[in-house]
Amino acid sequence: MAQTKRDLLVDPLVDNNPITLQVLGICSALAVTSSLQVAFVMALAVTAVTGFSSMFISVLRNQIPGSIRIIVQMVIIASLVIIVDQVLKAYAYEISKTLSVFVGLIITNCIVMGRAEAFAMKNPPIDSFIDGVGNGLGYGALLLVVGFIRELFGAGSLFGVTILPTVNNGGWYVPNGMLLLPPSAFFIIGLLIWAVRAWKPEQVEKREYKIQVVEGH
Amino acid sequence: MEGLLSLAVKAVFVENLALSFFLGMCTFIAVSKKISTALGLGISVMLVQAITVPTNNLLLTYLLAPGALAWAGFPNVDLTFLGLICYIGVIAAMVQILEMVLDKFFPPLYNALGVFLPLITVNCAILGGSLLMVERDYNFPESMTYGLSSGFGWALAITAMAGVREKLKYSDIPDGLQGLGITFITAGLMALAFMSFSGVKL
Repeated sequence: MAQTKRDLLVDPLVDNNPITLQVLGICSALAVTSSLQVAFVMALAVTAVTGFSSMFISVLRNQIPGSIRIIVQMVIIASLVIIVDQVLKAYAYEISKTLSVFVGLIITNCIVMGRAEAFAMKNPPIDSFIDGVGNGLGYGALLLVVGFIRELFGAGSLFGVTILPTVNNGGWYVPNGMLLLPPSAFFIIGLLIWAVRAWKPEQVEKREYKIQVVEGH
Repeated sequence: MEGLLSLAVKAVFVENLALSFFLGMCTFIAVSKKISTALGLGISVMLVQAITVPTNNLLLTYLLAPGALAWAGFPNVDLTFLGLICYIGVIAAMVQILEMVLDKFFPPLYNALGVFLPLITVNCAILGGSLLMVERDYNFPESMTYGLSSGFGWALAITAMAGVREKLKYSDIPDGLQGLGITFITAGLMALAFMSFSGVKL
């Protein structure tokens, strides 16, 4: 089955989302979502790294010896992440401070490695680039949804602009402080997965055990 | 000494790598179905973490930090931008060496941990530990303590999680939450529980 370029880009957004279905790259997805702005920058950074690393790895795919391919992929990814890190430090210093270690952790983000290994090693550069960007966007979309919920209801603002004036500032909205704390990200992603699977029932996982009603008691 | 102790307690409970920094989540979710495998992975992470954080600390102090190359006659060189690529290299090399040493000298341990060791190279908890060490300017003894105790905290979290999931598979969960969904919500509840340690000071 030949996938068209459009499929490559759109498929990872909902149908094959790297976070809700493939369980990849959750680490950073949870940690950087307490404000929308940071989540947005992170989504851009990951999309750029996934797209370009897939492309470069795909260009080199016939030259990379099988036994050391992981190291080669790591070096390519790490170099790209260093570039992203330096760019952020130069042009968005405040945000790069907030993201702190999580920019560096893009290296070990499983999405990047996963796409390199699963797709870019077998496909031509243009397709790999589109596939990488698609997966980056799928990751980014989830990040933005979580960031939106957390910032709007946790702090009453979006991108730092007040939407719901909070009580502390003389408004009416009592912010839900828990949404700014780490555990809330787990709940939101759990519930999002529930929502996506209620919409697309074919993604539901099988039960290991099923409760059965025994007749005749 | 007291400083180190409170650093250790903080790294295990308050700033648990898995539950408050979300590091190593991919493996945390994927390998927490059974207690025995979770424990094996936890111990390997602890081992690798305890070795790599101090090693990266030495690397930073004597090679990468601004002015660190003064001993070689380059007092104005600042190589910190190469940090990421060096740390990941050290981690990959250390995991490889650890694997060979275990294979040679402790075959039973190697057989128990063998599957997990290569996985650890791409575990964000390991790289995250090193990066946090850099960010917080730990010195050598501090980074040794931090490496060991943050690894222990991660092992504790994944083992506890596996315990919960072993019981959880018998319960009647709504279809859409089956598997991944309920795991996230469980992790959230555990993270809440760990947050209650945040008031503890030694």
